[in-house]
Amino acid sequence: MDLNLTPQETEFRNEIRDWLSANVPAGWKARQDAEESMRKRFEFLREWQRKVFAGGWAGISWPAEYGGRGATLMEQVIFNEEMARAAAPPMANTLGLALVGPTTITYGTPAQKARFLKPILNADEIWCQGFSEPNAGSDLAALRTEARRDGDHFVVNGQKVWTSYGWAADWCALVVRSEPGSEKHKGLSYILVDMHAPGVDVRPLRQMTGETEFNEVFFQDVRVPVENVLGKVGDGWNVAISTLMHERATLGAGLHIIYKRWFDRLVELSHELTRNGRPAAEDPVIRQRLAQAYTEIEVMRLNQMRIISRIANGGTPGPEGSIQKLLWSELNQRFQQIAMELMGAYGQLTKGPVGVIDEGQWAYQFLRTRGNTIEAGTSEVQRNIIGHFVLGLPKSY
Amino acid sequence: MNFGLTEEQQLLKNSAREFFTAECPPPEIRRLMETETAHDEALWKKMADQGWTGLPFPEEYGGMGLGLVDLAAACEEMGQALVPGAFLATVPLAGTAIFAGAQDGAKKKYLAPICSGQARATLALLEKEASWNSRDVALPLTKGTLNGQKLFVMDAGVASFFVCAARQGGELALAVVDRRAAGVSLEAQPALDATRKLYAVTFHNTPAEVIATGGAALTALDRALDFATVALTAEMTGGMQRMLDLTVAYAKTRKQFGKPIGQFQAVQHMCADMLILLEGARSSTYYAAWALQENAPDARTAVSVAKAYASEAYREAGNRAIQVHGGMGFTWENDVHLYYRRAKASEIAFGDAAYHRERMAAALMGAASRAAK
Repeated sequence: MDLNLTPQETEFRNEIRDWLSANVPAGWKARQDAEESMRKRFEFLREWQRKVFAGGWAGISWPAEYGGRGATLMEQVIFNEEMARAAAPPMANTLGLALVGPTTITYGTPAQKARFLKPILNADEIWCQGFSEPNAGSDLAALRTEARRDGDHFVVNGQKVWTSYGWAADWCALVVRSEPGSEKHKGLSYILVDMHAPGVDVRPLRQMTGETEFNEVFFQDVRVPVENVLGKVGDGWNVAISTLMHERATLGAGLHIIYKRWFDRLVELSHELTRNGRPAAEDPVIRQRLAQAYTEIEVMRLNQMRIISRIANGGTPGPEGSIQKLLWSELNQRFQQIAMELMGAYGQLTKGPVGVIDEGQWAYQFLRTRGNTIEAGTSEVQRNIIGHFVLGLPKSY
Repeated sequence: MNFGLTEEQQLLKNSAREFFTAECPPPEIRRLMETETAHDEALWKKMADQGWTGLPFPEEYGGMGLGLVDLAAACEEMGQALVPGAFLATVPLAGTAIFAGAQDGAKKKYLAPICSGQARATLALLEKEASWNSRDVALPLTKGTLNGQKLFVMDAGVASFFVCAARQGGELALAVVDRRAAGVSLEAQPALDATRKLYAVTFHNTPAEVIATGGAALTALDRALDFATVALTAEMTGGMQRMLDLTVAYAKTRKQFGKPIGQFQAVQHMCADMLILLEGARSSTYYAAWALQENAPDARTAVSVAKAYASEAYREAGNRAIQVHGGMGFTWENDVHLYYRRAKASEIAFGDAAYHRERMAAALMGAASRAAK
């Protein structure tokens, strides 16, 4: 057991740290201003990704032959941590880099790799994923969007929902039922659909925060060339989940740094705010609540380190990723509640010149975190996964 | 970076698992629970022969010279098997106090017999206020003699000597008291966990050998409490693992409505929560062990994170273990309550979650105002 970075890891960290400190745009905000249009902001993120790409850091987990860096697992973790530490903007093509790219590298034909990988890295083509449907949420395998073979094309009909980046996407990695009448995980295909093709209709979904992160996407007689199927026809389920575990293991690696930054801000605020006639920082209840938040953040960070070490030592990323999903989502909800408690009446303010704290980001996060235990697999589904796949209890459904 | 046990550490842990599973099966635990001291001389001798009693101390005192991570790995297995007796009090607690506070002569005199297994020891810290904070130590030490009472002294009944925290003049002192010294009397304080006995220890003009005073005593006491806290959270981790294993096995076999109850999500989710709590306790424990061993700047905060987390996690896991076992979980014959009792005692020992959260807050937010104390 040695929690220090090796000399090589330190060298890698210093290299990315130096690059980020020279290149992260100053004064960018993690949350968009109301008046800042979504598209304008997205173009900013695209330019940022191009800068990252030019610096040689885009798709670092990808093998060098596909334009990546062939980074080790630890290097991927360090990269994600340093991005968080530098408060760097996210890259525009998050899903392309993290999921569609690696899946294409694993399953793609040489022609597919040549066609799709480079534009993912340089953000020329933005990707979304079409998985969930109105009647296939937690029960994803119940999906019904169909792809019917017609000569050298598939004709796609159906509806997807909760599609992140749908409005910005040029391409969609779509899971469809390509075998009529098939059920559950069988008869599905993973197909790459041009979002600009006739018959694709994207409608933004306004969520309880007022933002539109997600979309509904409708497909009506959309013709997709057969060569756009990734992997074998009918093997879509395996293709879709193959890279999920690996990326999940490293993607969340920077979260504890973001949470810790928020925690430090709350400590700062606790010295400025008053509670029961003294600084909130001296109030025993606030002290307990903040220390509890710190404890949970640390536990999440340390679990993550253990999981990464186990994978780096030859283990495979497995269903224990569900533990981390539960930790980051449920801890964030409790954490935001603590923040609201600390701020008292001020916590509810969303904007305006009088009394608002941190431009209303805490009030926003308070609402936004309700989505955390639903997106990327509900807490209930995660506990089912732990019960069945980790503890070996019989499947409940 | 590698957050995992080395091959040697894993071997040590495996051999501890094998040893304690064989030596401390549940019937043996139940037998010892009913005894006055929960101590078994033959078991202690075997543990000493394996080197466990000197595990974290240098070879010059007869120890194995291993680190706190190694000790944690061994303690996890002791907690898993619910080993009764004075190991925690003797080795990580009193042993560390002597090792961290005493001069070489006193170490040879007191630490060497601990390593060899000839002596057992404990720390006498708590008084009437039952505070784990060293600033609340009040028992007077004057002209080399102690007068007063210590409470909640772990396994004092089988200790050969006590390391006693006392107040000499204005400052903290650590003094070693022989169990047979004049004016020492013991009274049992029967408590929830019968595998680890507690005592009130009274001194009346009792002669004591001062081993450290002032800053040195404070440092040694803090070190001993931190080490013992991590050894304890490692035990708690092992106990949670055992409770989870028992509970999952039960949920797979017990049938209601024609199905194993483990098929119901309400039950599955309780088991999943137990695993989450267990893994958090394990991660924070091994990190704290490593941080203390390497003197990392955040070591003391890491200890508090581990103890605050494990204190609530072990109890919470226990709540679920009993619930999943249903009526069986509420019976005397089922082993779950033995772990549940240990969970409560462990939660209290060396400061509960609230105590350690306040310790974290002091490090992260600054001291609370005097009015808040």
